[in-house]
Amino acid sequence: MTDTAATPGLRDRAIQAVNQTARKIPAWPLYILGAVPPVWLFIAGLTGGLGVDPVKAMEHQMGEWALWLLIASLCITPLRRFAGVNLLKFRRAIGLLAFFYIMGHLLIWLVLDVQIPSQIWADILKRPYITIGMGAFVLLIPLALTSNNWSIRKLGPRWRQLHKLVYVSVVLGALHFILLVKGFQIEPLIYMAAILGLLALRLPVFRRR
Amino acid sequence: MAPIWKSRFKDNDVTPEDMYLNRRQLIAGAAGLGLGSIAGPALAAPEGLEPNPYEDITNYNNYYEFGTSKTDPAKYAGALTTEPWTVKIDGMVDNPGDYQLEDIIANAQIEERIYRFRCVEAWSMVIPWNGFTLASLLERAGVQSGAKHVAFETVMRPEEMPGLRYPVLDWPYREGLRLDEAMHPLTLMATGIYGKDLLGQNGAPLRLVVPWKYGFKSIKSIVRITLQTDEPFISWKDANVQEYGFYSNVNPEVSHPRWSQATERVIGSGLFGSRRETDMFNGYAEEVASLYDGLDLKKNF
Repeated sequence: MTDTAATPGLRDRAIQAVNQTARKIPAWPLYILGAVPPVWLFIAGLTGGLGVDPVKAMEHQMGEWALWLLIASLCITPLRRFAGVNLLKFRRAIGLLAFFYIMGHLLIWLVLDVQIPSQIWADILKRPYITIGMGAFVLLIPLALTSNNWSIRKLGPRWRQLHKLVYVSVVLGALHFILLVKGFQIEPLIYMAAILGLLALRLPVFRRR
Repeated sequence: MAPIWKSRFKDNDVTPEDMYLNRRQLIAGAAGLGLGSIAGPALAAPEGLEPNPYEDITNYNNYYEFGTSKTDPAKYAGALTTEPWTVKIDGMVDNPGDYQLEDIIANAQIEERIYRFRCVEAWSMVIPWNGFTLASLLERAGVQSGAKHVAFETVMRPEEMPGLRYPVLDWPYREGLRLDEAMHPLTLMATGIYGKDLLGQNGAPLRLVVPWKYGFKSIKSIVRITLQTDEPFISWKDANVQEYGFYSNVNPEVSHPRWSQATERVIGSGLFGSRRETDMFNGYAEEVASLYDGLDLKKNF
């Protein structure tokens, strides 16, 4: 029916297959799948599977996974615009999972790592990498709260504007990583480069095509 | 003669290996009940220094020449060739030259020292070192008057140390002490842990241990010791002068710009272990505070 080209190329057929499959898969299982890694991490931490410093290992892993999820959420639009792959229906789940992972990352830091309330405040106010990480988290709160159909209807065009805050948040998240490592390390810089690249794809220069 | 430092911690404070194994088995049994990491700290002796198990000490290391993750050194340091090993001692000494490690050890009086090891990243563990005083080695080399500092250098072998591919620091790793710090009886040249030869990840075959300073001062796999007048090059200070100072004495009152130093995570205490309050000079104030009389420790961090 929609197949107008006489012989669609391999690439087109692959994209079509992906889109058709995506249409058939509901988004809700992502929430269940998304709960698996943190639960596994916690059990591993309890049973010695994360080495001798399980608190740091969990903290770091949750933060890194959250960054992956945020980056994945940034990939949805470019994938659709430049490759024709439509995964839009999964974006909300990915974004919300990123938020929950960051919350887990924060809770591990508060409850298992720093533990002492006065030190927590001092850290948030005095340590730039923590201030920045907290900022990234706080910016995501209104986004998580409005990640539902009712809010989209209620907010109208303002919803799109509001959700552009994720661009700021993810850059702050990567900056948080850059600032916390010791010495000159490449890994957090690669994340930042990927994020800036994904954001650049949203510039009008690339949009025109 | 170097003054022999009388340890506050006697030989019998070290957990003998067989007892230590029993303790592990006990913990392993508790782990079966899902209590492993909760039961851990409860079994620790209430006072004195209870050494961490050998596995903790050999699997949780900062040795960036082998990679920046805590587990990289254990993974890659096996490739480090430690035989033969030569330490060049030069600068303001009467007997400069290349000292063979066997020769150094043959002339040394090896003792056991149980020290708390406090990392600048705000964690600590307790390590039963074997080694000899740096003072005894320096005396053998003959320190000339006028020498004020001791500079150290870590081996740099790109073919054996994958982390050297990355410019994390200005390699080779370098550290230094003031001469009086170097001559202090607490300052150790370690050759072993738990009576076994040091493994690569712990700085084999010869490393410095300065227990009242943050761990990065305790330079690993030393190939060169230089006596000099000027303050030595310090790799971390060079990388970030705002965050790492020459002294780097453990001090709960002086925060690192990126983290508080008031408390420390106790390695091996599990998921729910509590932090301990960091002691001034890592608990060695009685022995070393007088070295810094009149020095503003906030400025000279």
